[in-house]
Amino acid sequence: MAYTTDGHQTSWWHRNQQQLTPWLFLAPGILFFLFYVIFPIFQSFNLSLYEWDGLGEAEFVGLYNYEELSWDDAFYTSLKNNVIWLVLYLAAIPAGLFIALFLNQTVTGIRLYKSLFFFPFVISQVVVGLVFTWFYDPTFGILNVLLGSVGLPPINVLGDENWVTIGIIVAGLWPQTAYCMILYLTGLNAVDPEQIEAGRLDGAKGWRMLWYIIIPQLRPATFIAFVVTIIGALRSFDLISIMTNGGPFGASRVLSFYMFEVALSEYGFRMGYGAAIAVVLFLIMLMFIAYFLWSMYKEEKAR
Amino acid sequence: MFPTPIERTPRSWQITYQTLLPLALILWLLPLIAVAIFSVKPDADFANANYWGWPSSFEGFTNYGLVFTGSDMPQYLLNSFKITIPTVIGAVALSCMTGFALGIYKFRANIWIFFMFVAGNFVPFQILMVPVRDLTLHLGLYNTITGLVLFHIAFQTGFCTLFMRNFIRALPFELIEAARVEGVAEWRIFWFVVLPLMKPAIAALSVLIFTFIWNDYFWAIVLTQGVESQPVTAGITSFNAQYRAAYHLMSAGSIVAALPPVAMFFMMQKHFIAGLTLGAVK
Repeated sequence: MAYTTDGHQTSWWHRNQQQLTPWLFLAPGILFFLFYVIFPIFQSFNLSLYEWDGLGEAEFVGLYNYEELSWDDAFYTSLKNNVIWLVLYLAAIPAGLFIALFLNQTVTGIRLYKSLFFFPFVISQVVVGLVFTWFYDPTFGILNVLLGSVGLPPINVLGDENWVTIGIIVAGLWPQTAYCMILYLTGLNAVDPEQIEAGRLDGAKGWRMLWYIIIPQLRPATFIAFVVTIIGALRSFDLISIMTNGGPFGASRVLSFYMFEVALSEYGFRMGYGAAIAVVLFLIMLMFIAYFLWSMYKEEKAR
Repeated sequence: MFPTPIERTPRSWQITYQTLLPLALILWLLPLIAVAIFSVKPDADFANANYWGWPSSFEGFTNYGLVFTGSDMPQYLLNSFKITIPTVIGAVALSCMTGFALGIYKFRANIWIFFMFVAGNFVPFQILMVPVRDLTLHLGLYNTITGLVLFHIAFQTGFCTLFMRNFIRALPFELIEAARVEGVAEWRIFWFVVLPLMKPAIAALSVLIFTFIWNDYFWAIVLTQGVESQPVTAGITSFNAQYRAAYHLMSAGSIVAALPPVAMFFMMQKHFIAGLTLGAVK
Protein backbone atom coordinates (compact mmCIF):
# COMPACT_ATOMS: atom_id res chain seq x y z
CA MET A 1 0.00 0.00 0.00
CA ALA A 2 2.71 2.40 1.05
CA TYR A 3 4.63 1.35 -1.98
CA THR A 4 1.85 2.18 -4.41
CA THR A 5 1.20 5.66 -2.92
CA ASP A 6 4.86 6.35 -3.01
CA GLY A 7 5.21 5.08 -6.56
CA HIS A 8 2.20 7.07 -7.62
CA GLN A 9 3.62 10.26 -6.10
CA THR A 10 6.99 9.83 -7.72
CA SER A 11 5.51 9.33 -11.12
CA TRP A 12 3.19 12.32 -10.68
CA TRP A 13 6.23 14.41 -9.76
CA HIS A 14 8.10 12.95 -12.70
CA ARG A 15 5.37 13.80 -15.14
CA ASN A 16 5.00 17.36 -13.91
CA GLN A 17 8.57 18.10 -12.95
CA GLN A 18 9.22 20.41 -15.86
CA GLN A 19 6.08 22.47 -15.20
CA LEU A 20 6.53 22.71 -11.45
CA THR A 21 10.24 23.30 -11.08
CA PRO A 22 10.26 26.89 -12.39
CA TRP A 23 7.53 27.86 -9.94
CA LEU A 24 9.36 26.32 -7.01
CA PHE A 25 12.48 28.22 -7.98
CA LEU A 26 10.56 31.44 -8.48
CA ALA A 27 8.49 31.29 -5.31
CA PRO A 28 10.86 32.84 -2.75
CA GLY A 29 11.99 35.62 -5.09
CA ILE A 30 8.48 36.47 -6.23
CA LEU A 31 7.08 36.46 -2.70
CA PHE A 32 9.79 38.78 -1.44
CA PHE A 33 9.38 41.07 -4.39
CA LEU A 34 5.58 41.22 -4.20
CA PHE A 35 5.68 41.82 -0.48
CA TYR A 36 8.25 44.63 -0.47
CA VAL A 37 8.00 46.20 -3.92
CA ILE A 38 4.84 45.48 -5.89
CA PHE A 39 2.21 45.69 -3.15
CA PRO A 40 3.70 48.89 -1.68
CA ILE A 41 3.26 50.61 -5.05
CA PHE A 42 -0.47 49.95 -4.88
CA GLN A 43 -0.57 50.82 -1.19
CA SER A 44 0.93 54.19 -2.02
CA PHE A 45 -1.77 54.80 -4.62
CA ASN A 46 -4.37 53.96 -2.02
CA LEU A 47 -2.71 55.97 0.71
CA SER A 48 -2.64 59.06 -1.47
CA LEU A 49 -6.41 59.22 -1.01
CA TYR A 50 -6.07 59.54 2.76
CA GLU A 51 -4.92 62.07 5.28
CA TRP A 52 -2.75 60.18 7.74
CA ASP A 53 -0.10 61.18 10.28
CA GLY A 54 1.41 57.69 10.43
CA LEU A 55 0.04 56.90 13.88
CA GLY A 56 -3.65 57.60 14.33
CA GLU A 57 -6.64 56.79 12.16
CA ALA A 58 -6.32 57.46 8.46
CA GLU A 59 -9.07 59.68 7.15
CA PHE A 60 -10.38 59.21 3.62
CA VAL A 61 -10.22 62.47 1.71
CA GLY A 62 -10.64 61.34 -1.89
CA LEU A 63 -8.63 63.37 -4.36
CA TYR A 64 -8.09 66.21 -1.92
CA ASN A 65 -4.33 65.61 -1.70
CA TYR A 66 -4.03 65.99 -5.45
CA GLU A 67 -6.15 69.12 -5.38
CA GLU A 68 -3.83 70.55 -2.75
CA LEU A 69 -0.84 69.70 -4.94
CA SER A 70 -2.33 71.73 -7.76
CA TRP A 71 -1.95 74.96 -5.78
CA ASP A 72 1.20 74.05 -3.87
CA ASP A 73 4.08 76.25 -5.04
CA ALA A 74 6.66 73.93 -3.49
CA PHE A 75 5.29 71.12 -5.66
CA TYR A 76 5.74 73.15 -8.82
CA THR A 77 9.27 74.13 -7.82
CA SER A 78 10.08 70.45 -7.28
CA LEU A 79 8.49 69.46 -10.57
CA LYS A 80 10.40 72.16 -12.43
CA ASN A 81 13.63 71.02 -10.81
CA ASN A 82 12.91 67.43 -11.78
CA VAL A 83 12.62 68.51 -15.40
CA ILE A 84 15.91 70.44 -15.13
CA TRP A 85 17.54 67.34 -13.63
CA LEU A 86 16.22 65.15 -16.43
CA VAL A 87 17.48 67.44 -19.16
CA LEU A 88 20.86 68.43 -17.74
CA TYR A 89 21.66 64.97 -16.42
CA LEU A 90 21.58 63.65 -19.98
CA ALA A 91 24.80 65.61 -20.55
CA ALA A 92 26.49 62.65 -18.84
CA ILE A 93 25.96 60.61 -22.02
CA PRO A 94 27.93 62.74 -24.52
CA ALA A 95 30.46 63.60 -21.81
CA GLY A 96 30.96 59.92 -21.07
CA LEU A 97 31.34 59.16 -24.77
CA PHE A 98 33.88 61.95 -25.11
CA ILE A 99 36.03 60.65 -22.24
CA ALA A 100 35.70 57.09 -23.53
CA LEU A 101 36.99 58.17 -26.94
CA PHE A 102 39.83 60.01 -25.24
CA LEU A 103 40.81 56.93 -23.25
CA ASN A 104 40.29 54.30 -25.96
CA GLN A 105 44.00 53.88 -26.67
CA THR A 106 46.60 51.28 -25.90
CA VAL A 107 49.40 53.35 -24.36
CA THR A 108 51.18 52.08 -21.25
CA GLY A 109 49.20 52.38 -18.04
CA ILE A 110 45.93 53.08 -19.81
CA ARG A 111 44.15 50.41 -17.78
CA LEU A 112 44.97 52.26 -14.59
CA TYR A 113 43.84 55.52 -16.14
CA LYS A 114 40.53 53.98 -17.09
CA SER A 115 39.91 52.68 -13.57
CA LEU A 116 40.88 55.99 -12.00
CA PHE A 117 38.53 57.86 -14.32
CA PHE A 118 35.80 55.48 -13.24
CA PHE A 119 36.55 56.13 -9.57
CA PRO A 120 33.82 58.73 -8.82
CA PHE A 121 31.11 56.18 -9.56
CA VAL A 122 32.27 53.82 -6.84
CA ILE A 123 32.14 56.44 -4.10
CA SER A 124 28.92 57.01 -2.24
CA GLN A 125 26.90 60.06 -3.25
CA VAL A 126 27.04 61.20 0.34
CA VAL A 127 30.79 61.67 0.02
CA VAL A 128 30.46 63.21 -3.45
CA GLY A 129 27.98 65.69 -1.98
CA LEU A 130 30.32 66.65 0.86
CA VAL A 131 33.24 67.10 -1.49
CA PHE A 132 31.28 69.36 -3.80
CA THR A 133 29.85 71.36 -0.91
CA TRP A 134 33.40 72.31 -0.02
CA PHE A 135 34.24 72.92 -3.64
CA TYR A 136 31.43 75.50 -3.80
CA ASP A 137 31.98 76.93 -0.31
CA PRO A 138 31.71 80.74 -0.44
CA THR A 139 34.50 81.37 2.09
CA PHE A 140 37.18 78.93 0.98
CA GLY A 141 35.80 76.90 -1.92
CA ILE A 142 38.19 76.38 -4.80
CA LEU A 143 35.52 77.44 -7.29
CA ASN A 144 35.63 81.03 -6.09
CA VAL A 145 39.40 80.94 -5.94
CA LEU A 146 39.34 79.98 -9.63
CA LEU A 147 36.69 82.58 -10.48
CA GLY A 148 38.68 85.23 -8.66
CA SER A 149 41.84 84.36 -10.56
CA VAL A 150 40.13 85.21 -13.86
CA GLY A 151 38.62 88.36 -12.41
CA LEU A 152 35.04 87.16 -11.90
CA PRO A 153 33.03 87.99 -8.77
CA PRO A 154 32.50 85.13 -6.29
CA ILE A 155 29.20 83.23 -6.27
CA ASN A 156 27.64 81.31 -3.43
CA VAL A 157 26.41 78.48 -5.62
CA LEU A 158 24.49 76.55 -2.98
CA GLY A 159 23.03 79.67 -1.39
CA ASP A 160 21.72 81.16 -4.60
CA GLU A 161 18.25 80.11 -5.74
CA ASN A 162 19.21 80.43 -9.39
CA TRP A 163 22.37 78.39 -9.20
CA VAL A 164 21.70 75.80 -6.55
CA THR A 165 20.01 73.12 -8.68
CA ILE A 166 22.60 73.43 -11.40
CA GLY A 167 25.37 73.21 -8.81
CA ILE A 168 23.95 69.97 -7.41
CA ILE A 169 23.43 68.51 -10.88
CA VAL A 170 27.07 69.18 -11.73
CA ALA A 171 28.04 67.19 -8.65
CA GLY A 172 25.74 64.39 -9.81
CA LEU A 173 27.15 64.47 -13.32
CA TRP A 174 30.57 63.61 -12.02
CA PRO A 175 29.82 59.96 -11.09
CA GLN A 176 27.18 59.60 -13.81
CA THR A 177 29.64 60.59 -16.53
CA ALA A 178 32.03 57.98 -15.20
CA TYR A 179 29.28 55.38 -15.50
CA CYS A 180 28.48 56.33 -19.10
CA MET A 181 32.18 56.35 -19.88
CA ILE A 182 32.62 52.74 -18.80
CA LEU A 183 29.57 51.69 -20.85
CA TYR A 184 31.03 53.34 -23.94
CA LEU A 185 34.51 51.95 -23.36
CA THR A 186 33.02 48.47 -23.40
CA GLY A 187 30.97 49.35 -26.44
CA LEU A 188 33.97 50.74 -28.32
CA ASN A 189 35.82 47.52 -27.65
CA ALA A 190 33.21 45.63 -29.61
CA VAL A 191 33.03 47.96 -32.60
CA ASP A 192 33.66 45.98 -35.75
CA PRO A 193 37.21 46.83 -36.98
CA GLU A 194 36.36 45.84 -40.53
CA GLN A 195 33.68 48.49 -40.78
CA ILE A 196 36.14 51.09 -39.53
CA GLU A 197 38.65 50.05 -42.18
CA ALA A 198 35.95 50.07 -44.83
CA GLY A 199 34.97 53.55 -43.69
CA ARG A 200 38.56 54.70 -43.85
CA LEU A 201 38.83 53.42 -47.42
CA ASP A 202 35.73 55.42 -48.28
CA GLY A 203 37.46 58.48 -46.91
CA ALA A 204 35.43 58.82 -43.69
CA LYS A 205 37.43 60.49 -40.95
CA GLY A 206 36.98 62.14 -37.57
CA TRP A 207 33.46 63.40 -36.96
CA ARG A 208 31.94 61.73 -40.00
CA MET A 209 33.42 58.40 -39.01
CA LEU A 210 32.16 58.87 -35.45
CA TRP A 211 28.67 59.89 -36.50
CA TYR A 212 28.01 57.45 -39.35
CA ILE A 213 29.99 54.37 -38.35
CA ILE A 214 30.85 54.37 -34.65
CA ILE A 215 27.76 55.80 -32.95
CA PRO A 216 25.29 53.49 -34.75
CA GLN A 217 27.33 50.53 -33.51
CA LEU A 218 27.24 51.88 -29.98
CA ARG A 219 23.45 51.72 -29.88
CA PRO A 220 23.20 49.10 -27.10
CA ALA A 221 25.56 51.09 -24.89
CA THR A 222 23.64 54.27 -25.58
CA PHE A 223 20.36 52.60 -24.69
CA ILE A 224 21.68 51.47 -21.31
CA ALA A 225 23.26 54.88 -20.72
CA PHE A 226 19.85 56.49 -21.30
CA VAL A 227 18.09 54.07 -18.97
CA VAL A 228 20.49 54.50 -16.07
CA THR A 229 20.78 58.26 -16.51
CA ILE A 230 17.03 58.87 -16.58
CA ILE A 231 16.48 56.63 -13.58
CA GLY A 232 19.35 58.34 -11.77
CA ALA A 233 17.91 61.78 -12.52
CA LEU A 234 14.46 60.92 -11.20
CA ARG A 235 15.81 59.20 -8.10
CA SER A 236 18.13 62.05 -7.15
CA PHE A 237 17.88 62.47 -3.42
CA ASP A 238 21.17 61.89 -1.63
CA LEU A 239 23.01 64.85 -3.10
CA ILE A 240 20.18 67.27 -2.36
CA SER A 241 19.80 65.99 1.15
CA ILE A 242 23.52 66.29 1.85
CA MET A 243 24.36 69.48 -0.02
CA THR A 244 21.44 71.80 0.69
CA ASN A 245 18.70 69.86 2.46
CA GLY A 246 16.34 71.29 -0.14
CA GLY A 247 17.33 74.90 0.45
CA PRO A 248 17.77 77.78 0.14
CA PHE A 249 14.04 78.30 0.82
CA GLY A 250 13.18 75.03 -0.87
CA ALA A 251 14.74 76.12 -4.17
CA SER A 252 16.61 72.86 -4.76
CA ARG A 253 13.83 70.43 -3.87
CA VAL A 254 12.86 67.71 -6.32
CA LEU A 255 9.77 65.52 -6.02
CA SER A 256 11.57 62.68 -4.27
CA PHE A 257 13.05 65.04 -1.73
CA TYR A 258 9.86 67.00 -1.22
CA MET A 259 7.87 63.84 -0.57
CA PHE A 260 10.40 62.76 2.03
CA GLU A 261 10.18 66.17 3.66
CA VAL A 262 6.40 66.12 3.77
CA ALA A 263 6.12 62.58 5.08
CA LEU A 264 9.10 62.08 7.36
CA SER A 265 10.66 65.25 8.64
CA GLU A 266 10.07 68.04 11.09
CA TYR A 267 7.62 69.60 8.62
CA GLY A 268 5.11 67.04 9.74
CA PHE A 269 4.07 63.51 9.09
CA ARG A 270 1.66 63.82 6.20
CA MET A 271 1.88 60.32 4.79
CA GLY A 272 -1.06 60.70 2.40
CA TYR A 273 0.22 63.91 0.91
CA GLY A 274 3.69 62.41 0.57
CA ALA A 275 2.20 59.38 -1.16
CA ALA A 276 0.39 61.67 -3.60
CA ILE A 277 3.71 63.32 -4.53
CA ALA A 278 5.27 59.88 -4.95
CA VAL A 279 2.43 58.84 -7.24
CA VAL A 280 3.11 61.84 -9.49
CA LEU A 281 6.79 60.92 -9.59
CA PHE A 282 5.85 57.32 -10.35
CA LEU A 283 3.60 58.38 -13.24
CA ILE A 284 6.43 60.42 -14.77
CA MET A 285 8.68 57.40 -14.42
CA LEU A 286 6.01 55.09 -15.84
CA MET A 287 6.28 56.72 -19.25
CA PHE A 288 9.95 55.83 -19.34
CA ILE A 289 9.46 52.36 -17.85
CA ALA A 290 6.83 51.61 -20.49
CA TYR A 291 9.21 52.70 -23.21
CA PHE A 292 12.10 50.64 -21.80
CA LEU A 293 9.97 47.54 -21.44
CA TRP A 294 8.56 47.98 -24.93
CA SER A 295 12.09 48.16 -26.37
CA MET A 296 13.08 45.05 -24.45
CA TYR A 297 9.92 43.27 -25.56
CA LYS A 298 10.64 43.97 -29.22
CA GLU A 299 14.12 42.61 -28.77
CA GLU A 300 12.87 39.44 -27.06
CA LYS A 301 10.47 38.89 -29.93
CA ALA A 302 13.23 39.32 -32.46
CA ARG A 303 15.25 36.49 -30.97
CA MET B 1 39.94 50.72 -33.49
CA PHE B 2 38.49 54.17 -33.11
CA PRO B 3 39.84 56.79 -32.61
CA THR B 4 43.01 56.17 -34.63
CA PRO B 5 45.56 54.36 -32.47
CA ILE B 6 48.06 56.79 -31.06
CA GLU B 7 51.01 54.91 -32.61
CA ARG B 8 49.72 55.75 -36.06
CA THR B 9 49.37 59.49 -35.46
CA PRO B 10 51.99 62.24 -35.95
CA ARG B 11 54.70 62.46 -33.31
CA SER B 12 53.47 65.86 -32.12
CA TRP B 13 50.02 64.52 -31.26
CA GLN B 14 51.57 61.53 -29.49
CA ILE B 15 53.46 63.85 -27.17
CA THR B 16 50.42 66.07 -26.64
CA TYR B 17 48.33 63.02 -25.77
CA GLN B 18 50.89 61.68 -23.31
CA THR B 19 50.97 64.99 -21.45
CA LEU B 20 47.23 65.57 -21.67
CA LEU B 21 46.42 62.22 -20.10
CA PRO B 22 47.81 62.82 -16.59
CA LEU B 23 46.62 66.43 -16.61
CA ALA B 24 43.08 65.37 -17.47
CA LEU B 25 43.17 62.76 -14.73
CA ILE B 26 44.30 65.24 -12.10
CA LEU B 27 41.60 67.67 -13.15
CA TRP B 28 38.98 64.92 -13.09
CA LEU B 29 39.94 63.73 -9.63
CA LEU B 30 40.69 67.17 -8.22
CA PRO B 31 37.82 67.11 -5.72
CA LEU B 32 39.06 63.79 -4.34
CA ILE B 33 42.68 64.86 -4.25
CA ALA B 34 41.61 67.92 -2.28
CA VAL B 35 39.80 65.77 0.27
CA ALA B 36 42.76 63.43 0.56
CA ILE B 37 45.06 66.40 1.28
CA PHE B 38 42.51 67.89 3.70
CA SER B 39 42.49 64.63 5.63
CA VAL B 40 46.19 64.79 6.52
CA LYS B 41 46.28 68.47 7.42
CA PRO B 42 46.60 69.74 10.98
CA ASP B 43 43.76 71.66 12.59
CA ALA B 44 45.84 74.85 12.57
CA ASP B 45 45.89 75.01 8.76
CA PHE B 46 42.17 75.64 8.67
CA ALA B 47 42.37 78.26 11.40
CA ASN B 48 45.08 80.05 9.42
CA ALA B 49 43.01 79.86 6.23
CA ASN B 50 45.61 77.63 4.59
CA TYR B 51 42.89 75.67 2.83
CA TRP B 52 44.39 74.82 -0.51
CA GLY B 53 48.07 75.02 0.26
CA TRP B 54 50.37 72.18 1.19
CA PRO B 55 49.81 70.74 4.70
CA SER B 56 52.08 72.55 7.16
CA SER B 57 52.64 69.22 8.88
CA PHE B 58 51.56 65.66 8.22
CA GLU B 59 48.81 64.72 10.67
CA GLY B 60 47.39 61.72 8.88
CA PHE B 61 47.85 59.34 11.80
CA THR B 62 46.30 61.75 14.32
CA ASN B 63 43.31 62.52 12.12
CA TYR B 64 42.54 58.97 11.07
CA GLY B 65 43.28 57.76 14.60
CA LEU B 66 40.69 60.17 15.94
CA VAL B 67 38.12 58.93 13.42
CA PHE B 68 38.50 55.44 14.82
CA THR B 69 38.84 56.27 18.51
CA GLY B 70 37.00 59.56 19.03
CA SER B 71 33.70 58.78 17.33
CA ASP B 72 31.11 56.12 16.56
CA MET B 73 32.70 55.49 13.18
CA PRO B 74 33.83 51.90 13.96
CA GLN B 75 30.28 50.99 14.95
CA TYR B 76 28.86 52.53 11.78
CA LEU B 77 31.40 50.67 9.67
CA LEU B 78 30.53 47.42 11.38
CA ASN B 79 26.83 48.08 10.79
CA SER B 80 27.53 48.70 7.13
CA PHE B 81 29.21 45.32 6.83
CA LYS B 82 26.40 43.64 8.75
CA ILE B 83 23.89 45.16 6.32
CA THR B 84 25.82 44.74 3.11
CA ILE B 85 27.09 41.16 3.34
CA PRO B 86 23.78 39.42 4.14
CA THR B 87 22.08 41.49 1.44
CA VAL B 88 24.63 40.38 -1.15
CA ILE B 89 24.21 36.73 -0.16
CA GLY B 90 20.42 36.91 -0.04
CA ALA B 91 19.90 38.79 -3.27
CA VAL B 92 22.38 36.69 -5.22
CA ALA B 93 20.91 33.43 -3.90
CA LEU B 94 17.33 34.41 -4.70
CA SER B 95 18.23 35.66 -8.15
CA CYS B 96 20.21 32.54 -9.05
CA MET B 97 16.95 30.69 -8.57
CA THR B 98 14.66 33.19 -10.31
CA GLY B 99 17.17 33.67 -13.10
CA PHE B 100 17.37 29.92 -13.60
CA ALA B 101 13.60 29.56 -13.71
CA LEU B 102 13.13 32.44 -16.15
CA GLY B 103 16.16 31.69 -18.28
CA ILE B 104 15.66 27.95 -18.81
CA TYR B 105 11.94 27.18 -18.73
CA LYS B 106 9.41 28.15 -21.33
CA PHE B 107 5.97 28.87 -19.91
CA ARG B 108 3.40 31.48 -20.71
CA ALA B 109 3.82 33.71 -17.65
CA ASN B 110 7.59 33.76 -18.07
CA ILE B 111 7.98 37.10 -19.82
CA TRP B 112 5.41 38.82 -17.58
CA ILE B 113 7.12 37.71 -14.41
CA PHE B 114 10.39 38.86 -15.89
CA PHE B 115 8.91 42.25 -16.73
CA MET B 116 7.48 42.53 -13.24
CA PHE B 117 11.00 42.25 -11.83
CA VAL B 118 12.41 44.67 -14.37
CA ALA B 119 9.66 47.25 -13.92
CA GLY B 120 9.88 47.04 -10.14
CA ASN B 121 13.58 47.61 -10.36
CA PHE B 122 13.07 50.82 -12.38
CA VAL B 123 10.48 52.27 -10.01
CA PRO B 124 11.47 55.48 -8.23
CA PHE B 125 11.84 53.89 -4.85
CA GLN B 126 10.35 56.86 -3.04
CA ILE B 127 6.94 55.47 -3.90
CA LEU B 128 7.74 52.51 -1.67
CA MET B 129 8.87 54.65 1.24
CA VAL B 130 5.72 55.10 3.31
CA PRO B 131 4.33 51.54 2.90
CA VAL B 132 7.69 49.87 3.44
CA ARG B 133 8.41 51.94 6.53
CA ASP B 134 4.97 51.09 7.82
CA LEU B 135 5.44 47.40 7.05
CA THR B 136 8.82 47.39 8.80
CA LEU B 137 7.29 49.08 11.84
CA HIS B 138 4.52 46.47 11.96
CA LEU B 139 7.02 43.62 11.75
CA GLY B 140 8.80 45.18 14.72
CA LEU B 141 11.91 45.58 12.60
CA TYR B 142 12.09 49.36 12.46
CA ASN B 143 15.58 50.57 13.36
CA THR B 144 17.06 47.09 13.08
CA ILE B 145 19.65 45.80 10.67
CA THR B 146 17.35 42.88 9.81
CA GLY B 147 14.60 45.22 8.67
CA LEU B 148 16.93 47.07 6.35
CA VAL B 149 18.49 43.85 5.01
CA LEU B 150 15.12 42.27 4.20
CA PHE B 151 14.04 45.26 2.17
CA HIS B 152 17.37 45.53 0.36
CA ILE B 153 17.26 41.85 -0.58
CA ALA B 154 13.76 42.19 -1.97
CA PHE B 155 14.47 45.32 -3.95
CA GLN B 156 17.81 44.15 -5.34
CA THR B 157 16.23 40.88 -6.45
CA GLY B 158 14.67 42.86 -9.30
CA PHE B 159 17.95 43.98 -10.78
CA CYS B 160 19.69 40.69 -9.99
CA THR B 161 16.98 38.67 -11.72
CA LEU B 162 17.32 40.78 -14.85
CA PHE B 163 21.04 40.20 -14.76
CA MET B 164 21.00 36.47 -14.02
CA ARG B 165 18.25 35.64 -16.45
CA ASN B 166 20.06 37.34 -19.32
CA PHE B 167 23.27 35.60 -18.35
CA ILE B 168 21.64 32.16 -18.22
CA ARG B 169 19.92 32.81 -21.55
CA ALA B 170 23.35 33.09 -23.14
CA LEU B 171 24.54 29.70 -21.82
CA PRO B 172 24.57 26.77 -24.26
CA PHE B 173 21.13 25.22 -23.89
CA GLU B 174 22.36 21.88 -25.31
CA LEU B 175 24.00 21.18 -21.95
CA ILE B 176 20.67 21.22 -20.19
CA GLU B 177 18.98 19.17 -22.87
CA ALA B 178 21.76 16.59 -22.70
CA ALA B 179 21.32 16.34 -18.94
CA ARG B 180 17.56 15.92 -19.34
CA VAL B 181 18.06 13.12 -21.82
CA GLU B 182 20.28 11.46 -19.22
CA GLY B 183 17.33 11.70 -16.82
CA VAL B 184 18.94 14.11 -14.40
CA ALA B 185 16.43 15.70 -12.02
CA GLU B 186 15.71 19.38 -12.64
CA TRP B 187 17.08 20.60 -9.30
CA ARG B 188 20.26 18.62 -9.93
CA ILE B 189 20.59 20.32 -13.32
CA PHE B 190 20.41 23.63 -11.47
CA TRP B 191 22.93 22.60 -8.86
CA PHE B 192 25.44 20.61 -10.91
CA VAL B 193 25.12 21.98 -14.44
CA VAL B 194 23.96 25.59 -14.37
CA LEU B 195 25.30 26.90 -11.07
CA PRO B 196 28.96 26.13 -11.81
CA LEU B 197 28.62 28.00 -15.10
CA MET B 198 27.21 31.02 -13.27
CA LYS B 199 30.31 31.73 -11.23
CA PRO B 200 31.37 34.80 -13.24
CA ALA B 201 27.86 36.23 -13.01
CA ILE B 202 27.75 35.59 -9.27
CA ALA B 203 31.09 37.33 -8.80
CA ALA B 204 30.02 40.31 -10.91
CA LEU B 205 26.70 40.71 -9.13
CA SER B 206 28.26 40.36 -5.70
CA VAL B 207 30.64 43.26 -6.18
CA LEU B 208 27.95 45.41 -7.78
CA ILE B 209 25.42 44.80 -5.04
CA PHE B 210 28.08 45.31 -2.40
CA THR B 211 28.76 48.77 -3.80
CA PHE B 212 25.11 49.70 -4.26
CA ILE B 213 24.14 48.67 -0.76
CA TRP B 214 27.19 50.11 0.93
CA ASN B 215 26.46 53.46 -0.70
CA ASP B 216 22.75 53.45 0.05
CA TYR B 217 21.68 56.48 2.00
CA PHE B 218 17.96 56.87 1.40
CA TRP B 219 16.76 53.62 2.96
CA ALA B 220 19.25 53.94 5.76
CA ILE B 221 17.61 57.15 6.95
CA VAL B 222 14.07 55.92 6.27
CA LEU B 223 14.33 52.59 8.09
CA THR B 224 16.95 53.19 10.78
CA GLN B 225 18.05 55.85 13.21
CA GLY B 226 20.86 55.89 15.68
CA VAL B 227 24.23 54.32 16.17
CA GLU B 228 23.08 50.77 16.83
CA SER B 229 21.78 50.14 13.33
CA GLN B 230 22.68 52.94 10.90
CA PRO B 231 25.29 52.30 8.22
CA VAL B 232 28.22 54.56 7.61
CA THR B 233 26.58 56.67 4.89
CA ALA B 234 24.02 57.86 7.40
CA GLY B 235 26.54 57.88 10.23
CA ILE B 236 28.81 60.28 8.39
CA THR B 237 26.22 63.05 8.80
CA SER B 238 26.16 62.69 12.57
CA PHE B 239 29.92 62.37 12.52
CA ASN B 240 30.03 65.68 10.69
CA ALA B 241 27.66 67.24 13.18
CA GLN B 242 30.01 66.11 15.96
CA TYR B 243 33.03 67.64 14.23
CA ARG B 244 31.36 70.64 12.66
CA ALA B 245 33.84 72.72 10.65
CA ALA B 246 36.69 70.34 11.52
CA TYR B 247 37.38 69.78 7.86
CA HIS B 248 40.41 67.58 8.38
CA LEU B 249 38.36 65.10 10.43
CA MET B 250 35.33 65.25 8.14
CA SER B 251 37.64 64.49 5.22
CA ALA B 252 39.27 61.58 7.00
CA GLY B 253 35.84 60.25 7.99
CA SER B 254 34.58 60.49 4.41
CA ILE B 255 37.58 58.64 3.08
CA VAL B 256 37.14 55.86 5.62
CA ALA B 257 33.45 55.60 4.70
CA ALA B 258 34.23 55.44 0.98
CA LEU B 259 37.09 53.00 1.20
CA PRO B 260 35.46 49.53 1.33
CA PRO B 261 33.64 49.76 -2.02
CA VAL B 262 36.72 51.36 -3.55
CA ALA B 263 38.87 48.48 -2.34
CA MET B 264 36.26 46.04 -3.61
CA PHE B 265 36.29 47.72 -7.00
CA PHE B 266 40.05 47.56 -7.36
CA MET B 267 40.24 43.95 -6.25
CA MET B 268 37.41 42.74 -8.45
CA GLN B 269 37.69 45.24 -11.25
CA LYS B 270 37.18 42.80 -14.09
CA HIS B 271 33.99 41.39 -12.59
CA PHE B 272 32.70 44.79 -11.57
CA ILE B 273 32.94 46.20 -15.07
CA ALA B 274 31.63 43.02 -16.65
CA GLY B 275 28.60 43.31 -14.41
CA LEU B 276 28.01 46.97 -15.02
CA THR B 277 28.28 46.76 -18.76
CA LEU B 278 26.30 43.58 -19.36
CA GLY B 279 24.15 44.33 -22.35
CA ALA B 280 26.30 47.24 -23.51
CA VAL B 281 27.46 45.08 -26.40
CA LYS B 282 25.62 42.61 -28.51
